[in-house]
Amino acid sequence: METLHFRFDAGSRPLPGAPQLVGVVSSGNLEVLIEPAALNGGCEIEVRTAANGFGATWEAVMRDFHARWQLMDTRICINDMGATPAVVSLRLDQAVESVTGGPP
Amino acid sequence: MSSYLELSARQRIPHIFDASSFEEFLAPGARVVSPHLAQLDAPVSFDDGVVVGRGLLDGQVVFGAAQEGGFMGGAVGEVHGAKLVGMLRRAVDEGAYAVLLLLESGGVRLHEANAGLIAVSEVMRAILDVRAAGIPVIVAVGGANGCFGGMGIAARCANTVIMSEEGRLAMSGPEVIETANGVEEFDSKDRALVWRTTGGKHRYLLGDCQVLVADDTDAFRAAAIAAMADAHGGAALTLDGLQAEQTMLKRRIRDFGDADDPLEVWRRLGVPEPGAVPMLEADAFLAMAAQHRAGPGTGEN
Repeated sequence: METLHFRFDAGSRPLPGAPQLVGVVSSGNLEVLIEPAALNGGCEIEVRTAANGFGATWEAVMRDFHARWQLMDTRICINDMGATPAVVSLRLDQAVESVTGGPP
Repeated sequence: MSSYLELSARQRIPHIFDASSFEEFLAPGARVVSPHLAQLDAPVSFDDGVVVGRGLLDGQVVFGAAQEGGFMGGAVGEVHGAKLVGMLRRAVDEGAYAVLLLLESGGVRLHEANAGLIAVSEVMRAILDVRAAGIPVIVAVGGANGCFGGMGIAARCANTVIMSEEGRLAMSGPEVIETANGVEEFDSKDRALVWRTTGGKHRYLLGDCQVLVADDTDAFRAAAIAAMADAHGGAALTLDGLQAEQTMLKRRIRDFGDADDPLEVWRRLGVPEPGAVPMLEADAFLAMAAQHRAGPGTGEN
């Protein structure tokens, strides 16, 4: 297992709703827990992944995610069992949409 | 129509309970995760693979749980089991109208060894305590992982088991039997054999499940509503009920103990075309089964 931490500032969109969990921790899949949190405007993401050594890939996927949504005061926690970057991106979008009710 | 099989545990809850009525206990945000998996450096899940809580079903207060088959096959670890037990005990404390368990599990989570085994035995005891309090326990089995091992036993502790054809219910799973007794005994890769041995239709014909429905969330919901109303007033386990069950099991081993394939069991039950059973749609199957299903008196003479 490997634990990765990311923080993005400069976001502009606070999360409106209650915490949500999407996805399942199964092979090639992941769960994403998203919740509003007072983080001085930041968006913090913690990833616990079963696939070691993919930190650079995770960082790229998270940067893209932040560019899409510009979230602030949001905490995201991920339990991953080897999901591919595309699956991770889709799950992250699903997580945000489950709170906001729609695409950006 | 919406497939029950295709949904995750978390998605099933709002399809089965009244809209927006379900209140989860120990929601994922509480992060009560397995301490054992972390020690083994294995991935954890924020809900430890089970959703528990309280909602309304047809307007009645019903406590419920849904196991997530995608996370470690729905296997029961210490936290997962404790959540089930806590919910069941609270159902008694609060005088629930019924308890509905959406089960999908391979049984004990072996990573957690004795803690998992104890958890499953506590779940069984808690189910029986709920029934002893006069509260019906209804089980639904319709997920891809079936319901096996200790949770297979737990399911049969309930008043009513509702299954779809796709659901499976048994003690040892196919791979376990093959590993222990050899491929000649049971070929776990023979999917037709696996389903006709453990699947909903066979369980219904034998009487191990009381209701068979199509793979449809509305059908599961309607069956659960009917089952809890039926069982109300007679939910408690009785000595007479246990003795009748024992008699039924004795009859079963006498009548079918030497059959080496469910097709033979169905033939002995008088099913006209045993080979056609797996292909029947739910309605046609139920019409046929009404005449041939093993009842309390089957094989009496």
